[in-house]
Amino acid sequence: MSVSKAAPRGDAPQPAVQHLLVRYAKRGKMRFASHRDVARAFERGVRRAGLPVAHSAGFTPHPKISYAGGAPTGVASEAEYLSLALTSRYEADTVRERLDAALPDGIDVIAVTEDAGGLPASRLTASEWQVILPGVTPEAAAPAVEKFLALEHAPVERLTSKGMRRMDARSAVAEMSVAPAPSGAMLRMVVRHTVPAVRPDDVLTALREVSDVVPAAPPLMTRLAQGALGESGVVAP
Amino acid sequence: MSVESVYPRLEPLLPLVRKPVQYVGGEVNSVLKEWDETDVRWALLYPDAYEVGQPNQGLAILYEVLNSQPGVLAERTYSVWPDLERLMRSRGIPQFTVDGHRPVGAFDILGVSFPTELGYTNLLTALDLAGIPLFSSERTVAHPLVIAGGHAVFNPEPIADFLDAAVLGDGEEAVLQITRLVREWKAAGRPGGRDGLLASLAATGAVYVPRFYDVAYLPDGRIERVVPNRPGVPASVRKHTLLDLDAWPYPRAPVVPVAETVHERYSVEIFRGCTRGCRFCQAGMITRPVRERSITTIGKMVEGGVRATGFTEVGLLSLSSADHSEINEIASGLADCYEGTNTGLSLPSTRVDAFNVALANELSRNGRRSGLTFAPEGGSERMRAVINKMVTEEDLIRTVTTAYSSGWRQVKLYFMCGLPTETDEDVLAIADLARKVIAAGREATGRRDIRCTVSIGGFVPKPHTPFQWAAQCPPEVVDRRLRALGDALRADRAYGKSIGYRYHDGSPSLVEGLLSRGDRRVGRVILAAWRDGARFDGWSEYFSFGRWVDAAARALAGEPVDLDWYTTRERDYGEVLPWDHLDAGLDRDWLWGDWRSAVAPEGAGEVEDCRWTPCYECGVCSAMGTQIQTGPTGERLDGRRLLPVVATGR
Repeated sequence: MSVSKAAPRGDAPQPAVQHLLVRYAKRGKMRFASHRDVARAFERGVRRAGLPVAHSAGFTPHPKISYAGGAPTGVASEAEYLSLALTSRYEADTVRERLDAALPDGIDVIAVTEDAGGLPASRLTASEWQVILPGVTPEAAAPAVEKFLALEHAPVERLTSKGMRRMDARSAVAEMSVAPAPSGAMLRMVVRHTVPAVRPDDVLTALREVSDVVPAAPPLMTRLAQGALGESGVVAP
Repeated sequence: MSVESVYPRLEPLLPLVRKPVQYVGGEVNSVLKEWDETDVRWALLYPDAYEVGQPNQGLAILYEVLNSQPGVLAERTYSVWPDLERLMRSRGIPQFTVDGHRPVGAFDILGVSFPTELGYTNLLTALDLAGIPLFSSERTVAHPLVIAGGHAVFNPEPIADFLDAAVLGDGEEAVLQITRLVREWKAAGRPGGRDGLLASLAATGAVYVPRFYDVAYLPDGRIERVVPNRPGVPASVRKHTLLDLDAWPYPRAPVVPVAETVHERYSVEIFRGCTRGCRFCQAGMITRPVRERSITTIGKMVEGGVRATGFTEVGLLSLSSADHSEINEIASGLADCYEGTNTGLSLPSTRVDAFNVALANELSRNGRRSGLTFAPEGGSERMRAVINKMVTEEDLIRTVTTAYSSGWRQVKLYFMCGLPTETDEDVLAIADLARKVIAAGREATGRRDIRCTVSIGGFVPKPHTPFQWAAQCPPEVVDRRLRALGDALRADRAYGKSIGYRYHDGSPSLVEGLLSRGDRRVGRVILAAWRDGARFDGWSEYFSFGRWVDAAARALAGEPVDLDWYTTRERDYGEVLPWDHLDAGLDRDWLWGDWRSAVAPEGAGEVEDCRWTPCYECGVCSAMGTQIQTGPTGERLDGRRLLPVVATGR
């Protein structure tokens, strides 16, 4: 009857035969989902969709789904990525349709491609963000952006789970521009992925340091694209 | 007339609060119906945070039962944390449902589930935020009907003034009966106004309308009588009992939360009721008789539920799951069906015997054997006889040793402190027991890394149990015994590191005791505590004993009763108890006899389980016209027909 220190009984995990890259969006009410919330939704989603996701070995097998650094809680995204390993082959479009149907509205699967490259940091080096500042006119925002871009460094602090982190918001920003939006000014910025990460709200903190731009309501932030930073901007993987 | 979603006004506040995803809804399997295409609309409130309320089985069942009806709409609403409450008040945003973000005040019925009494202050917050007057007497036809259910409302008297009605017992059929009466009343042009509807509900004998009853008190503070104050209202109100669980296979497709919650699994209730006869256990007394769900229905529900939710864990729920007449077949059948699918099976059980360990082994065939829980409840054999939990020390040590030998590393033992007739020695016996458990486990396994955790909390006497007359143990005595137990557990260095100790302070139990056995006068205490800021009283970070003591002193000033009178005072046979007019089916004389037998000087008498011994006439089946419904059916789960979701793993 003794099972002490025994390996798990049963067969070895079935091997992965197909690797997929999934681009998904976090929209509407689901922008308030955290990374962990999204991960749980996908783990259940693949089961509801009847997709044979590969699992790790061991006492507590985990589904082989890996997530690229997700947009922060409260931030929407059109360009989140995960990679997924299956134990039998499926058409990429079938996976997209079935997975999308199995997830809550707002966690929407945009594209699935066969891709064994995984999600190393080298494939995702920057993001393009859109930030809407309610109640701020583009005329008021433009000089603030100019002033920010003229800085050499813009040190900001943010409390993270690992304590207070200090980062340079300016050096992470590759591009930034202002355009009008129905409810205020719309910023578009390309931000490099750094460690610790500079998030769009860190850039807003730095903007407030050099101007009196204060939105009437919390800004609406959306990641539009994510990928490698090239000459022509952010190139999706 | 349609109602507008409050979401556009709520959304800008969400970035400012903790865990905003709990307020947005939109989960898989949630239901959003067109307001104008329905004529009876329920808001279902769980008076605690989403993370606790969302997994609640009772409301999940009612949500599906109601939404499966044409013309009926049911949406969920939960307590908002104080950070959002402050913002909602400052912006004038009302209590909302998470499905449609519709204002709760616009619904026909607000159904509230109270598994415990510590949610009472949260009811007041929700009513207040909804713009519904706190007192039933101040509401008009424009306000929802506030109806409570759940185990706590077997004595709803402390919140009687805040409720329009209460339903005792199983809710599946009751909500449909209420829906029908509300529909007829609305269609007829609301005859008699609000009281007209309440009178038609009360006339059924199955819905308790507190304000149709007057309570008279004796000069010494005890209740003189509780009597109906209008014709057509029954002298006592009976509980509902669902017969044939197979005909009600809910929940089929429960909501899958996006936010993290306390139980993330698909749960099937494998039977309802329990007749083990533990004298402290309110659930075991008020849910009689035992009604099993058949193995085939359980199999179908698990198959459909896992498919519909994607949950990786299945819980086989009941008050003592190892007691199902075909639990062996259920456990091994499901373990066969789901082998290789990374689906975990769990079975909460309080039984202390080797069979329970064998079941747990079967359910964890391929997984890690981390922890197993047993609930002996009392530390000494004498104490266990008093509570009618007949487990000898020998049984207990043998059971736990079997668990260690089967590869389980950690065993948790649950106890209560402050039970009737308890002495310091009864509690200290727990330390002795824990040491024996570790010694036997080390000997059986030859290992030193086995652990045992003692978990203990204060006992609260509950209505409709043999202990309903008992004096609650004062918190200072509970705390002293808990400290002494902690010292005793740590005293022996040879065992100290192998034994963990978790305990709950005695003072929250005293407030729970006040709310459990209180009468209508306690409503004033609840209101005063709420006005002083009481919220989320089940959470230690929000609970304040001092606030409740102050509120009780102020609200009961000038009355012959106080906090101690309601809690630490023993009642006698002749006293009218606040819930005597509410009928759980239990014969009062049987309860009294069982109480006296528990504390008999010559030693406690034993009551056996009526599933396998002759009926001892607790009164429930004869009063309610019910009978025990158990198997075996002889059916088996067929692994080929009952296809697993998908063979994914090993």
